[in-house]
Amino acid sequence: MPLTQSDGLAIRTEGVCRYYSMGPATIHAVQGVNLEVRAGEFLALLGSSGSGKSTLLNLLAGLDRPTGGTIIVHDRDLSRLDRSELAQHRRHTVGMVFQAFNLLPNMTLEENVELPLRFAEVERARRRSKAREVLRRVGLTDRLRHRPGELSGGEQQRGALARALVNGPRILLADEPTGNLDSQTGEEILRLMAEINRSSAMTVVMVTHERVLAERFAHRLVTISDGKLVQDEKEQ
Amino acid sequence: MKAQDLLELAARNLREALFRSALTTLGISVGVASLVAMLSLGIGLQRLASRRLARSGLFDTVVVYPSRMGPRPFRSAPATPPAAAPMLDEEARKTIARLPNVLEVYPEIRFATELRYNDHAHYTTVASLPPSARDSEAIESLQGRFFSGPQATEAILQAEFARELTGPAGSPASGLIGQEVVLQYAEQGALAEKADSSQRVSPAGEAASPWGFSVVRQEKKLRIVGIVESEPGGALRGPGRARVFIPLELAQSLRPVQSLNMLDTLRTSPGGSAYQALVVRVASLAQVSSTEDAIKRRGFNTFSLLDATQNLRRFFAVLDLFLGMFGSLALAVASLGIINTLVMAILERRREIGIMKALGASDADIKGLFFVEAAAMGLVGGLAGVGLGWGIGRVINFGTNFYLRRQELPPETIWWVPWWLVIGAIAFAVLVSFFSGLYPAARAAKLDPVRALRYE
Repeated sequence: MPLTQSDGLAIRTEGVCRYYSMGPATIHAVQGVNLEVRAGEFLALLGSSGSGKSTLLNLLAGLDRPTGGTIIVHDRDLSRLDRSELAQHRRHTVGMVFQAFNLLPNMTLEENVELPLRFAEVERARRRSKAREVLRRVGLTDRLRHRPGELSGGEQQRGALARALVNGPRILLADEPTGNLDSQTGEEILRLMAEINRSSAMTVVMVTHERVLAERFAHRLVTISDGKLVQDEKEQ
Repeated sequence: MKAQDLLELAARNLREALFRSALTTLGISVGVASLVAMLSLGIGLQRLASRRLARSGLFDTVVVYPSRMGPRPFRSAPATPPAAAPMLDEEARKTIARLPNVLEVYPEIRFATELRYNDHAHYTTVASLPPSARDSEAIESLQGRFFSGPQATEAILQAEFARELTGPAGSPASGLIGQEVVLQYAEQGALAEKADSSQRVSPAGEAASPWGFSVVRQEKKLRIVGIVESEPGGALRGPGRARVFIPLELAQSLRPVQSLNMLDTLRTSPGGSAYQALVVRVASLAQVSSTEDAIKRRGFNTFSLLDATQNLRRFFAVLDLFLGMFGSLALAVASLGIINTLVMAILERRREIGIMKALGASDADIKGLFFVEAAAMGLVGGLAGVGLGWGIGRVINFGTNFYLRRQELPPETIWWVPWWLVIGAIAFAVLVSFFSGLYPAARAAKLDPVRALRYE
C-alpha cells in the first residue's frame, strides 16, 4: 500500500536505508528505519556519535538520497523527486539549523537571512521586511548589519534559526543546534525552538546527544544506534 | 534565482577574492590587448596600403576604351564587333558617371607635341590632368604648385623632362618654375567642303558622306607651375607615359589630334567616337570589379589593375588571420587562468555551496553564479584589454611617426582600431570566459551538499 499523509503526519519513513561505500567496505549508516512524525510534533533524535542520526536528518532534508526505502514528507515521496524538486523541497518545506551555524561570513546577518528568499525569488522589498520580521522574532533586531564574526555563538545560532524560518517552512530540522554553545545559551536556543514549535505548530526534528535538554523540550525522544531505531519514548 | 540577485552575489564573491579576481581579469585583459593590438596592426597596415594604392590612382581606376580597339593586356574584354559597338561619347560618359560607386569620369587626352624652350624643340607627349589629380600620390612630391584653375594656361613638367629642358650643364630643374614654354600641336580643324563628295566610297563600295578633319598647326604659350617626379596614374599607360601635363578643360579646348582620331576617319559612319578613352575613378578598391563589369555590359572595353588589388586583399586576409591567431593564443592562456580561478573558488567555497544548497539553491542557481562570475571577469578583462590594446597601438603609432619624422618622411597611421574590433574583442572575451566557466560551473552544481557541508 502506498504511503500517504492521511493521518496528520508530517514525515513518514518506511524501511529507509543509506549505505556508503568506503573502499571495499560498505558503511550501513541508516538501516531500515520506520518513523512517523506528526505535524506539529517536536521530536529529538538521540544517539551516540556515528549512530546515523545526522544521516537520517539529511535524508529528511532532501540533502541526501536513500539507498532504499521511502520517505514521505507532507505527501511527497522524496525518493522520487529529481534534483531540482529536492532543491524546492529544501527551499519551501524544510528549514535547517546546523551545529556550526553555517552563516556565510562575507554577508551581514540580514543578508544571510535574506539568502533563502533570494533562492525563492522573493521581491527585494518583501525580502527585507520578511527578514527583519524573523530577526525580530529571534531577538536580533539590533544586529542586522553585523557580520557573523561579530556575533556571539548564541547570536549566530539565533541568526541561523531566523534564516531557517524565513521562507515559512512546515518542518524545522536541527542538527546538533546546541553542540557549539554553552549550556545556558543552548537552553535559550532550545527554548526559542520550542516556542516556535508551539506558536507556529511547526514540526521540529532535532538531532542531539544531550538527552537532558531533549527531555525538557521535545515531545518525543527517538534513539538511534548503528543506524537503527532502538527506542521511541513519548512525552508522559 | 533572479538575474539581479545572481549579479549581486557574483559581484560580492569577486570582491571577496579581489586580488585573485583582479589577477585573472588582468590575464584576460592582456590576452584581449594582444588580440586587439595584433589585429589592429593588420587592419592598419591594410588600410594604409589601400589608401596608398587608392591615392596612386592605379587601382581605383578603370580606363574605358571604345570597343573598336582590339583586346588589350591584363583584364580586357573581348572586342565587340564594330557594327554593334556603342560610341564612347559624352552620353556614354554621363551613363558611366551615373553607375553606383563611380566618383568621376573624365576623358583621357594625350597627344604628341613639340615643346619649345630657349629656342630648342623637344618632342614629347602631353597629357591632361583633372582637378582631382591634385590629391593623387604623385602630386605629393610636386615642386611648385598645382594648376590655378581648370582652364589655366599652365603646365606641370615631369622631372626627367625638366632636366632635359635645362640641359646637362643647365640650372637646377626647379628654376624652370615660372618660365614660359611654347606648345606646338596639331589641332583638329573643320573639313574643307568639296564639290565631288559623291565620289567618296566606303570600303564596302557604298557612297559615303564626307567625314574627317583637317589638321592645323597651332601654338599655345604655357607657364610652368610645377615639376613632378612621375605621371599621376602613369603606370596604367605603360610606354605611352606623358611628360608634360596641362589642365583637362584646357586640353579639351585645344582640340588636339590624338593618335586614334585617324582611325575614326576610316569608319564609314560619321561622328566616330567622341573620346579616345575615359578614365573612371571608383569609390573603393573593392568596387572596381563590379564597376568594370557594369561598364563592359554596356559594350565597352575596360582595363584595370584589379588583379593586383585582389592579391593584396588576399594577402591581408591571410595576414589578419595569422595575427588574430597569435593574438588569440594569449586569450587562450588567459582562459586557462579563468578555469583555474573558478576551480580554486569551488574548493574554497565548497562549504558555502553546500550551505546554499541546504538553503534551497538549485543546481542552476549555483551554475549561474559561476557563469556570471566568469562572464563578469571576461567583460571587465575585455574592456580593460581593449583599452590596453588601444594604448599599445598609440605607442606604436607614436614610435613609428617619431622614426618617420627623423627620416624626414610624412607621418603615417599604421595602427587602426575599427569599432567592430572593439565590440568584437569584448564579446569574444566574454564568450571565452563563459566557455571557461562551463567546467567549473558544472562541477560546482554537481557538488554533493552533504559532503560540502562536512568540508572544513
